[in-house]
Amino acid sequence: MNLHALTLHEAGEKLRKHEFSSQELTDSVFHRISHTDDKIHAYIELCRDAALDQAKQADQRLRQDTDPTPLLGVPIAIKDNFLTRAIQTTCASKILGRFIPPYDATTIKNLRADGAVFIGKTNLDEFAMGSSAENSAFFPTCNPWNTERVPGGSSGGSAAAVAADQCLAALGTDTGGSIRQPAACCGIVGLKPTYGRVSRYGIIAFASSMDQVGPMTKNVEDCALLLEALAGHDPADSTSVNRPVPRYTDALTGNINGLRLGIPKEYFVSGMQPEIDIAVRDAIRLLETNGARIEEISLPYTEYAIAVYYIVATAEASSNLSRYDGMRYGHRAPAMDLIETYMRSREEGFGPEVKRRIMLGTYVLSAGYYEAYYLKAQRARTLIKRDFDDAFKRCDVIVTPTAPTTAFKIGEKTQDPLQMYLSDIYTISVNLAGLPALSLPCGFDTTGLPIGLQIIGKPFDEATILRVAHAYEQSTPWHKEKPNL
Amino acid sequence: MKLSREDVQRVTALARLRLTAAEETSLTAELDSILVYMEKLNELDTSQVEPFTHAVDLVNAFREDVVTNEPNAEALLANAPEKDETFFKVPKIIE
Repeated sequence: MNLHALTLHEAGEKLRKHEFSSQELTDSVFHRISHTDDKIHAYIELCRDAALDQAKQADQRLRQDTDPTPLLGVPIAIKDNFLTRAIQTTCASKILGRFIPPYDATTIKNLRADGAVFIGKTNLDEFAMGSSAENSAFFPTCNPWNTERVPGGSSGGSAAAVAADQCLAALGTDTGGSIRQPAACCGIVGLKPTYGRVSRYGIIAFASSMDQVGPMTKNVEDCALLLEALAGHDPADSTSVNRPVPRYTDALTGNINGLRLGIPKEYFVSGMQPEIDIAVRDAIRLLETNGARIEEISLPYTEYAIAVYYIVATAEASSNLSRYDGMRYGHRAPAMDLIETYMRSREEGFGPEVKRRIMLGTYVLSAGYYEAYYLKAQRARTLIKRDFDDAFKRCDVIVTPTAPTTAFKIGEKTQDPLQMYLSDIYTISVNLAGLPALSLPCGFDTTGLPIGLQIIGKPFDEATILRVAHAYEQSTPWHKEKPNL
Repeated sequence: MKLSREDVQRVTALARLRLTAAEETSLTAELDSILVYMEKLNELDTSQVEPFTHAVDLVNAFREDVVTNEPNAEALLANAPEKDETFFKVPKIIE
């Protein structure tokens, strides 16, 4: 049996039945990585020794604990923008130098306590700014389905690692689509929870009003399991919301009878790859056959979302990234005086896309432009949020494509930042409105690249999203397909 | 043109960055085309719309003012580019 190919749920169950040990499972994952990662480059850093140590401890707990957690002994990959105590954290940037965090992000601390095994830190676009993982300061990650293609981004390393069976599940973050778009590109399941559902403490900040942590998994059941472990209130994150965490796995009933699916007409327009249009419409028909009702809805302010997003996100980023000054940690360039030290350290430490966004964000916040850009964008953001509030009066979830194209070629969009930004057209409104949304596989294009279906829910209604996604998954074969590596 | 080279230089200084001449040229063009795209928002009449503040309705998250973390100077200084005993060593700030 190829242990690394198991799902999180399957592996957890078999571990608890002692069919194999966490050490055997962890070994199998590292073996898989050593045979495939020279082609994929999903990982920035592997923590083999620490992982085998965690696995050993998990095995002991598996023998002793009367009620072991679902994650006990299961190998997980972590996007390299989560602070991990004693494990180097780079955010795929040179500016952090050889930064070893003195503490764990709350989500990491919780997964550690649950007994998860940390395989390593996965590649991303520098500071999670990008849609292809090409903006990493170290190397691009390749899509396991076709290594000439991008894995999507920014959580491209996590998505590729899950698709290539280099871990059983992974953690990602999503500010404008960074979990869902790579999940779509790599044929896996990825969920961005409601803003406030999961703690952001210890996540390297990009755009604080939108950043959110979420699971990236091989199927919907795993997604529900991992979300259950991640969700919950954290006093250390003042934006985290104190409300009970449902048992998301209880929502996976297969029954979507009478559920209302909203189909926004603005999401089915020219510019989308025709195969995606067909696959998503087929998926909607299948859900209808399974008992769901279709409601045509309208989200009229959709076309303004990208402009709003790239004003708000860059403004917040320019402010968040001002902390990288080379004083207390990270890269410091030798220079004559303080200002020169700041400028040279930041010049050498940040890559081109990060500089571009810091510049844009600084510009839209600067005197004389604040009202025209930033305040205007925040007013338009209210309109986008209202679109969803209105739509959810008529439906329970909204179903759309996740991305307008399947995975594009490495290098295809790096010269045109605006084209790259347009890859996020179907995902960013969700972040602006703070809503939960999931992407799951709904087919393949003619070249064999995965297509993603997006399901958007009401605030804090991840359970209904998972229910619909699970019902769809149960009647389709897509999630069982594996890339040929 | 929405953006001049001088604008780019002004913003570079505000952002405490430094750019090569070539970067300055390409960024001027790239940022300009992005800002032109953002003009789209001027189609919207937002005079009666409140600016967005929070995604979820949260009031201030108060807690007791108690120390929850142990002092750990060694761990915090471990990543310092330069240090002197238990201090961060930084370039001279006051003339």
